[in-house]
Amino acid sequence: MELKSIPRGAELEVSFAGELDHHAAKQAMHALDEELEEQLPRNLVLDFGGLQFMDSSGIAVVMRAYRRMQELGGSVCMKNVPDQPGKVLRAAALDRLIPMDGKKAPSGL
Amino acid sequence: MKRARNQADLQFPSHSANEGFARAAAACFAAQLDPTLEELGDIKTAVSEAVTNCIVHAYPDTIGSIALKLRHHDGNVLEIVVRDWGCGIENIEQAREPLFTTGGADRSGMGFTIMESFMDSLRIRSVPGRGTTVTMKKKIAQRAAVR
Ligand SMILES: Nc1ncnc2c1ncn2[C@@H]1O[C@H](COP(=O)(O)OP(=O)(O)OP(=O)(O)O)[C@@H](O)[C@H]1O
Ligand SMILES: [Mg+2]
Repeated sequence: MELKSIPRGAELEVSFAGELDHHAAKQAMHALDEELEEQLPRNLVLDFGGLQFMDSSGIAVVMRAYRRMQELGGSVCMKNVPDQPGKVLRAAALDRLIPMDGKKAPSGL
Repeated sequence: MKRARNQADLQFPSHSANEGFARAAAACFAAQLDPTLEELGDIKTAVSEAVTNCIVHAYPDTIGSIALKLRHHDGNVLEIVVRDWGCGIENIEQAREPLFTTGGADRSGMGFTIMESFMDSLRIRSVPGRGTTVTMKKKIAQRAAVR
């Protein structure tokens, strides 16, 4: 699992590469926490284009980032979501909470 | 059930590095049933959920043993059994409910829900203090061979 972050003014893009499972989640959460505290962005973009696998451990990583961005009064979106991670995210209805690949979350929850 | 057409049995300790090993092994075995990429993704996800549950819930403070059994049955049915000898589950019905978790903020309570929806069937047997056995099945549609 590799995380790369690209700050662009008020926007922070974090790209994920590899397999996001329980084995990788702790480190990913930690890296994301640190990045958010350092940059305090208004918008967080999660780029999942390099993700080869994700399970429910990834749901917890995304939810944690979502909650932190809510505290900061900012927004989150996900882009370049491959099929397998997309299916897992939709099973947890995260696509209804966080815009995924340009599709707006239907209920402004 | 009739004897399986093919089978593989694995046993490994509950190190989190084995999550990736278990789903790769299951995917390799499942390849014999000629699944689509989506079906293969479903199988890897379900195995990852079941094995992760053994690692985080069954053996929270120790390293224990996990068994993974893979069976190829007639009718192109894949059967996956994941077994541990850990703490067990008190209330299985409650454990299967979406969002139910004893794992705090690091977990989302979606593992069993995902196993159930990504596979055709999910059976959970558990004895508190003795361990848990999760059995999942998925029929892989037989496609016309491409020559
Ligand atoms: N092998 C197991 N041994 C003991 N308890 C288990 C086992 N598997 C599941 N459980 C119990 O069932 C609950 C629900 O499991 P499930 O996989 O659905 O969610 P989770 O593991 O808590 O969260 P997630 O899978 O989304 O990370 C767990 O919180 C745990 O209490
Ligand atoms: Mg789980």
